Amino acid sequence: MFDVVVDIVLLTFLATTSFAIMRMTNLFAIIMLFGIFSLLSAGLFVVMDAPDVAFTEAAVGAGISTVLMLTTLALVKRSKEPYYDEAPKTHTAWLPLIVVIVTGSALIYGTWDIPNFGSADAPSQTHVARFYLENSLPDTGVPNTVTAVLASYRGFDTLGEVTVIFTAAVAVMLLIGGKRPKSVPKTEGEEAKDEA
Amino acid sequence: MKPNLILHVIAKFLIPLIILFALYVQFHGDFGPGGGFQAGVIFSAAIILYSLVFGLESGEKIIPHHWLRILASLGVVIYAGVGIESLFLGGNYLDYTILGSNQIAGQHLGILLVELGVGITVAAAMLILFFAFAGRGRE
Repeated sequence: MFDVVVDIVLLTFLATTSFAIMRMTNLFAIIMLFGIFSLLSAGLFVVMDAPDVAFTEAAVGAGISTVLMLTTLALVKRSKEPYYDEAPKTHTAWLPLIVVIVTGSALIYGTWDIPNFGSADAPSQTHVARFYLENSLPDTGVPNTVTAVLASYRGFDTLGEVTVIFTAAVAVMLLIGGKRPKSVPKTEGEEAKDEA
Repeated sequence: MKPNLILHVIAKFLIPLIILFALYVQFHGDFGPGGGFQAGVIFSAAIILYSLVFGLESGEKIIPHHWLRILASLGVVIYAGVGIESLFLGGNYLDYTILGSNQIAGQHLGILLVELGVGITVAAAMLILFFAFAGRGRE
């Protein structure tokens, strides 16, 4: 019962936030709303007993990506309205509306066949999940099954993920990192003095 | 940036707690929710908060750029190195069992080292991203 109330509240907030994001034109406010959206999703994941996912969503979605979007905005934004130039409308809203309605109905139709959340005969519970739950503690001595699967059973996948993150950092460094030849080192004190 | 007393005091109070929490998530990931990915992001969040409040130059003084590059590579090297080590000891690649005296000890050591590698790379990569984006704004 309590879960249902929390779910409804969180989903209402999610819908409200996404509607606000759609209607808003101030990019700064939109970025902050994206952060709130991520935090609400993290709350939803906690209710669904997935604290590891919630953790990642809260740290990456609400934290780091908000900061990265803000720093990007600081590079490109205009200080006063209009914050951006809207492209002139070349078509009516009918075609996109039909596409959205058809796709949405197809997705909702698809949910009818999905087993209920947490039901015992769901495909996710009947295949490897049982093996991991039964064997991960005796095999690895690690009580958190998520960690056991991530680091031990699927160690190759995780090595690949770490390499992806490393590659992303290298790519960003090559594209926009480092000193550009024409830049002059800053001399005046932007650096805040530590007064304590 | 104009110094703001409230921000400075709150940030100084929060940053040690954030770093402590990151270390907890890193090394307690075997027992509770969390692990290298989350810990790395939380750790980098502490440094990013410091850089936002005290200025980018102060943040870069804590961890200079060349260090970040070394650390980002070091994490991947630790992870892949655990695999190589298990190869040398006669097992399969990334087979942790062979690392310890028994299966549990080996798995424990392997998972700990691997998560450490993940944490170091993620933290360094996030800081590289942040400093790359924020550094452009200065020019």
